Amino acid sequence: MQAPRDFWHFEKDISGCGVFGVIDRARRLIPGSEPIAAMCTMHDRGNGLGGGFAAYGIYPDRADWYAFHLMCDDRDALERAESVITQFHDVRHSEPIPTRKVASVKNPPVVWRFFVTPKANRPAWATGDEADYMVGTVMHINTRVPGVFVFSSGKDMGAFKGVGFPEDIADFFRLDEYHAHMWTGHNRFPTNTPGWWGGAHPFTLLDWAIVHNGEISSYGINKRYLCQHGYECTLMTDTEVVAYLIDLLIRKHGLTKREASWVFAPPFWDEVDRMPEAEREAFKALRMVYGPALLNGPFAILVTDSKGMMGLNDRVKLRPLVVAEKGDRVFMSSEESSIREVCRDLDRVWAPKAGQPVIIDYLPQGGAE
Amino acid sequence: MHVKPISQHFNDFVIERERARCINCEVCVRQCSYEAHFWDEARQFVVHDSARCVGCHRCAAMCPTSCLTIRKKPSDFRDNALWTSTYIKHIFKQADTGGVLLSGMGNPQPKPIYWDNMLLDASQVTNPSIDPLREPMELRTFLGAKPDAVDFVHTPEGPRLKQPLPPQLQLEYPIMFAAMSFGAINFNLHVAMARAATELGICYNTGEGGLHPDLYQYGANTIVQVASGRFGVHKDYLNAGAAVEIKVGQGAKPGIGGHLPGEKIDEEVSRTRMVPKGSDAISPAPHHDIYSIEDLLQLIYAIKESTRYRVPVAVKIAAVHNAPAIASGIVRAGADMVVIDGFRGGTGAAPTMIRDNVGIPIELALASVDNRLRDEGIRNHASLVVAGGVRCSADVVKAIALGADAVYIGTAALVAVGCTLCGRCYTGKCPWGIATNAAQLKKRQNPDVAAQRMANLVRAWGHEIQEMLGGMGLNSIESLRGNRDKLRGVGMNEVELSVLGIKHAGL
Repeated sequence: MQAPRDFWHFEKDISGCGVFGVIDRARRLIPGSEPIAAMCTMHDRGNGLGGGFAAYGIYPDRADWYAFHLMCDDRDALERAESVITQFHDVRHSEPIPTRKVASVKNPPVVWRFFVTPKANRPAWATGDEADYMVGTVMHINTRVPGVFVFSSGKDMGAFKGVGFPEDIADFFRLDEYHAHMWTGHNRFPTNTPGWWGGAHPFTLLDWAIVHNGEISSYGINKRYLCQHGYECTLMTDTEVVAYLIDLLIRKHGLTKREASWVFAPPFWDEVDRMPEAEREAFKALRMVYGPALLNGPFAILVTDSKGMMGLNDRVKLRPLVVAEKGDRVFMSSEESSIREVCRDLDRVWAPKAGQPVIIDYLPQGGAE
Repeated sequence: MHVKPISQHFNDFVIERERARCINCEVCVRQCSYEAHFWDEARQFVVHDSARCVGCHRCAAMCPTSCLTIRKKPSDFRDNALWTSTYIKHIFKQADTGGVLLSGMGNPQPKPIYWDNMLLDASQVTNPSIDPLREPMELRTFLGAKPDAVDFVHTPEGPRLKQPLPPQLQLEYPIMFAAMSFGAINFNLHVAMARAATELGICYNTGEGGLHPDLYQYGANTIVQVASGRFGVHKDYLNAGAAVEIKVGQGAKPGIGGHLPGEKIDEEVSRTRMVPKGSDAISPAPHHDIYSIEDLLQLIYAIKESTRYRVPVAVKIAAVHNAPAIASGIVRAGADMVVIDGFRGGTGAAPTMIRDNVGIPIELALASVDNRLRDEGIRNHASLVVAGGVRCSADVVKAIALGADAVYIGTAALVAVGCTLCGRCYTGKCPWGIATNAAQLKKRQNPDVAAQRMANLVRAWGHEIQEMLGGMGLNSIESLRGNRDKLRGVGMNEVELSVLGIKHAGL
């Protein structure tokens, strides 16, 4: 894809943050109150300019439909978006996202959700698979339809985010009423962008959701690399590139999560040089080919999809990340205190090493324990 | 009073000798290959003729009592913004001889130097800077074609490559020694470059003069060049190096061939270049088997065939107006590396008018070529190496942030061994023993010392690059490469900023 005109004229968001994630490997439901309580203990990691949650398994009755969460400047914008969606998809269900009025959440956008399936007879020019088609729709709306932003587009999952502290955003979206088998939460401390609802975490694409604490100092090249592969970064924030890189590396190039983590936080050359030859060649190739996708700079990141959760630190561990286990539950957080807040008695607590991914998958369904 | 042409009275330099300190040791007499210093038999002391001075500073550097100072000649012509002394002197010379003006080294004209108008970023608070003395800081660079995606077989032992990647050149620093042919500079310096490159884990380029048999042992750190004269090119030569470079053009003289005068072709040069001793070695302006991009493709693949696809093939062009389109064609013709040489690039000899007026700044060419290759989605199909006017490690960092994979340094490597850019390389009299094959001059370069100095230079730059990277919060060079967010412009207009693809400082 040709770089947009004046591609270098972007504002990159810089923010400190707190992240929290919990997964029940046996898909037992976790009430929304739990991640909310965990995020509350990390109140000071944010400044009220962004909070959000992602929840998996919240639409069991509509699990086969893609859930589009939209935030719109006004009703007209929503209508524009709806006309695009109905043009390319069959809308199975459409409703406002339930909210309640919260004093501290000022001027919220119009939030709406569509449950859709792609049209059976898609336009002849829409080559590629269903996922490409869905990504195309999201990209189109986000870049070409003014006043609308699709902030969630996966199946049986949803993101909820906005400008405010996470507990306020949870209150606004009535997250205490949801139950999910995996949650992530995010508290944001942006330093240079005006609070924008779309700029809050999690960032999502299809059923991927990313929450991220850190600054991606390699953003300038990550963005250009993505552009070369047809992804246009529009959100003025560095976390966006993680979502797109995941989509490119895992969905399109067929890497595993672990291999993608080696791209994001590769082992140092002195370690690669000591590997047996076949392994060394594989790691060299990853680095040579995906060097522009290396995420450089401090980060702790939680990546979730329908298969599970991955926690990853940068290659020198410049941001905190703690993991804890209790039975089938696995917690990942910026602070151990937030985990202890919701589960005092833990089987195991550890801080993963720099660049070492922690990959937690759901247990095979039906065969749990 | 002896009679000489008027042009010689308007010499550029004056030699000042502090008589009280001069001990008449005649070191200056022996050191000056231009015979500016000589023994006055009648007066029984050393005298000098400033008109012969080229400003190389060899005498001043070697004088045991430091009694010599070389100054620019203070006498000026009447102020004239248009008719500066440079142009007046040019005309005097040409009226004397009827010849083409010759120059050595790169374009010295006061044209914009964009390196100086770009500033680097550093971390403050929101991301920590990284201390290279405490943390790993990786500069390792691979040059060569990269596939669009890695193709793995997933085995229980981990992922394994389905097929090996195309051949790559592995460099421990993103810096290489530029093409300077054996003949243009002498054997001692080729030995020095080869040893320094081997010690550093980088590469040096043979230039177009072939490869001396004694240097085949350094092949793993050698790029062998194929230029229009095809001097010293044969199957063993092509297979001797770690990469082959087809030289189409040179930044100092785009569109122009080369001419190594017969006086520089001694026994060894003759044997290596495969030309008769004492005969001029003339490189034609174009390759006579490359009159089009499809011809280039054939040569690239002819070389790949003869090297059994073991080594990457580079194509070097001068930075000219249409460089982005040409570079795109070169990549599509199958080159694994594109080398762009900017208008500041050095040379042993070039017509002055060409050197000073043809070509464009490397910074602009680099930025446009990188953009173009990315827009076409072929940036990973070839590595981008730039040359021509890289003076310090900050220039290297800026070049990489603009999008270069690595840089070539030629002039900087020669300065490391004493060159003072006097620019008279084409005379073959280089008093520093660099651009000369004269036995009594070239022995001034001890290959061991020269290798050490060149290696020191690159190592020093490496440390500085690591410091700058760490300051930006990065710990590997790939995260800087093409990362224009790390650059800001100062004192540039909108067009310059948009060609470079960087924001102005303050934004």
